[in-house]
Amino acid sequence: MHTKTLTELSAMLQAGEVSSVALTEHFLDRIEQYDQDLNSFITVTREEALEAARAADERIQAGNAGPLTGVPIAHKDIFCTDGVRTSCGSRMLDNFIAPYDATVVEQFKQAGAVVLGKTNMDEFAMGSSNETSFYGPVKNPWDRDRVPGGSSGGSAASVAARLAPAATGTDTGGSIRQPAALCGITGLKPTYGRVSRWGMIAFASSLDQGGPMAQSAEDCALMLEVMSGFDEKDSTSVNEAVPDYRTQLSQGLQGLKIGLPKEYFSEGLGPEVEAVVRAAIEEYKKLGAEIIEISLPNTHLAVPAYYVVAPAECSSNLSRFDGVRYGYRCDDPKDLQDLYERSRGEGFGEEVKRRIMIGAYALSAGYYDAYYLKAQKVRHLISDDFRKAFEEVDVIMGPTAPSTAFKLGEKADDPVTMYLSDIYTIAVNLAGLPGMSVPAGFSEGMPVGLQIIGNYFEEARLLNVAHQYQQVTDWHRQIPEAFKGQS
Amino acid sequence: MSLGPDEVKKIAHLARLGIREEDIPEYARNLSDILSFVEHLGEADTEAVAPMAHPLHATQRLRDDVVTENNQREKFQQLAPQTQDGLYLVPKVIE
Repeated sequence: MHTKTLTELSAMLQAGEVSSVALTEHFLDRIEQYDQDLNSFITVTREEALEAARAADERIQAGNAGPLTGVPIAHKDIFCTDGVRTSCGSRMLDNFIAPYDATVVEQFKQAGAVVLGKTNMDEFAMGSSNETSFYGPVKNPWDRDRVPGGSSGGSAASVAARLAPAATGTDTGGSIRQPAALCGITGLKPTYGRVSRWGMIAFASSLDQGGPMAQSAEDCALMLEVMSGFDEKDSTSVNEAVPDYRTQLSQGLQGLKIGLPKEYFSEGLGPEVEAVVRAAIEEYKKLGAEIIEISLPNTHLAVPAYYVVAPAECSSNLSRFDGVRYGYRCDDPKDLQDLYERSRGEGFGEEVKRRIMIGAYALSAGYYDAYYLKAQKVRHLISDDFRKAFEEVDVIMGPTAPSTAFKLGEKADDPVTMYLSDIYTIAVNLAGLPGMSVPAGFSEGMPVGLQIIGNYFEEARLLNVAHQYQQVTDWHRQIPEAFKGQS
Repeated sequence: MSLGPDEVKKIAHLARLGIREEDIPEYARNLSDILSFVEHLGEADTEAVAPMAHPLHATQRLRDDVVTENNQREKFQQLAPQTQDGLYLVPKVIE
């Protein structure tokens, strides 16, 4: 059963070929069997899952089920889940039992989806390798000496290993797309404002966006329909109608204009990754697409701009963790100052502390103009590059990441080298555009992702473009040998 | 850009982050690396460019000033490290 996509499982449930309880037990058993080693889950919610599965089976019997009713999924541990520990991968929130549901969690609950548990992640979503988690690194199912990418590394690894048919993720600088690429799954970061951020623990509020991580574009479409929409509780939620993403999947790609930014195929891109991406683009030519070389001249400024904007917003957002109202508190504080400094010093890991300090520095008196204001101006230049490109092309394609998954520990001591793993994904967040990563092949046994970037609110087109490719390729159906098991 | 130990201490204090004395040299090195990297921003000519506040240039939505949340003090205070009589407890602030 675990080799089926979300869409296929949904059909099996509707047809009464399998019960939600049986399906849920199957995935829970797989988690028990494999996850000790993989470490993709922080919390498994067995009892709650089985209870939800029983309710889903009744709903299916009663004839009022939706497409996600009874389908098991996992949530990244950044989404607040009522009554369940929501740690955000941090010691700071190790004891935090969320007192409410995030809007995304609520949406899946309404749809009748069954939540298997909460997936591992880089601490507060800050990382590109899942090595900054308080709960230890996640391993890549394709090679357990390698990282799964981050920050949604647990979601990506759990889907790649088929411990969950699909999972939610969040993407601030590439945290859905980069792990999706490194683990060989399909992930979509929607337009900023498309998915509610309410109850999604904030890292950089002008960049954070939740989205689906699944086996196929079709599965992502199914999930995005549930996740999208206006939410009064998120002041940056956009009031824009949610299209039926699934009906547009089948459109042909004849005449589609694909832009290839020359900056995405230059120095720094691994030749083996480039070969796979170029082969995918050849496939699109066969589907009738027209390839146009374009330029996004400010690409080289995206990572530097991001490492001002994101830390600045994080230093502000994470000031709420004070050891007073919830979360970690140090032992025997001698005064209030000591309580703040030690609770935060002991509760946060190294990467989080680095970013808070960079942000505090960039926002401090005398430096604001040189760093934050300058970065926000550069952000405008980057966003203008895309605006101009989309006057000429329908979608932009390139690699999701410059290399395949690197070894655990390989970049852990060098923050700047680690930051460059997101070189092709970060600009999309700065501009607020939607982007996807789609499995496009392998290099030395490790998956390679093709990135597809669309114009604002063109998620339907992205999903369509990805789906058509997945009709003529089977990269997205590959499962790592060690996790195939008995279906 | 290079930060010395005193600057690292000052920033940590501004951010209310307790850091260990022996970790300061590594913070100084990492933060200096990050800041040097970020200084590539200086290469961009932004003379006539407005700062971008929002990806979709949206303005903040306003709502009527009415109560929308229920009082859940007890539920929320269960999460607190220390409370008493419905109040959050912290070490004595004024001697």
